[in-house]
Amino acid sequence: MDLIKLVEAEYISKVEFPAFGAGDTVTVHYRIKEGNKERIQQFQGTVIQRRNSGIAATFTVRKMSNGIGVERIFPANSPFIEKIEVNKRGKVRRARLFYLRKLTGKAARIKEKRS
Amino acid sequence: MLGIIGKKVGMTSIFTEDGKNVACTVIEAGPCVVTQLKNKENEGYNAIQIAYGDKKEKNTTAAAKGHFAKANTEAKAKVIEIRNFRADAESDLKMGDTITVDIFTEGEFVDVVGTSKGKGFQGVVKRHGFSGVGMQTHGQHNRLRAPGSIGASSWPSKVFKGMRMAGRDGGKRVKMVNLVVMKVMKEQNLLVLKGAVPGPKGSYVIVEK
Repeated sequence: MDLIKLVEAEYISKVEFPAFGAGDTVTVHYRIKEGNKERIQQFQGTVIQRRNSGIAATFTVRKMSNGIGVERIFPANSPFIEKIEVNKRGKVRRARLFYLRKLTGKAARIKEKRS
Repeated sequence: MLGIIGKKVGMTSIFTEDGKNVACTVIEAGPCVVTQLKNKENEGYNAIQIAYGDKKEKNTTAAAKGHFAKANTEAKAKVIEIRNFRADAESDLKMGDTITVDIFTEGEFVDVVGTSKGKGFQGVVKRHGFSGVGMQTHGQHNRLRAPGSIGASSWPSKVFKGMRMAGRDGGKRVKMVNLVVMKVMKEQNLLVLKGAVPGPKGSYVIVEK
């Protein structure tokens, strides 16, 4: 076996997350340390990409906050991620949704996948 | 001082317990065999000679075979010597003993010696960190990365020896000091060190503590 993967396997997040991909709306529960206090912050938005593999995997979540687009990149294996909830499955035709950056309001909507 | 020979496997990143993502190098280290112990009386200095990696017997000289036979071991590919190791005072290692990654503990500081990647013929900006001209206009033409003056005219009328100029870069012995051991994997003979280690993947490195 690839020795690098062997080392990475020890550190890959053991927390099970639901499968999600680009276009899905998710809520990420993220632990934040302030001094010695810890609290959980939620970040809800659309996943616009999933990137890399193994321990280096990340995903980008985009949301509109008071009319300003905010993007946040989460390391998928970060021990600070408490929970990921999938709120909506989006129907999209590509894996990277960077075109959303140019769109606002009604145009930035994503059709929901019919299950 | 004690050390181990290994091969650089590659780099990755891991999450520490407090959630920090740190860049790490994975080294496949040992097991190494002690092939000779040198001391002040016989050789004039204290050292330990260790060997690592298999080598075909047909590619081994008779002299080397005899040397390895003294330590009761097969022919090894890489033999190095670590100085300032006193066998009696520091440990009870004997000839023929094996050294594994066990000698390291997590959180310990180690030094790593390797041969840096060869860069070929490089200019002074890359090779010696000169700043170049710093301008692209105001009549620079093609002198953007030139070294500038290399000496004065009437005195000394020559270029001093050791003047830093363009030339072969890289491929030198480099020592990285104080790398933290992040993880020791005994079954696989792996060491995970914080930070970078000189050399390409698959090259020999010496980890000293």
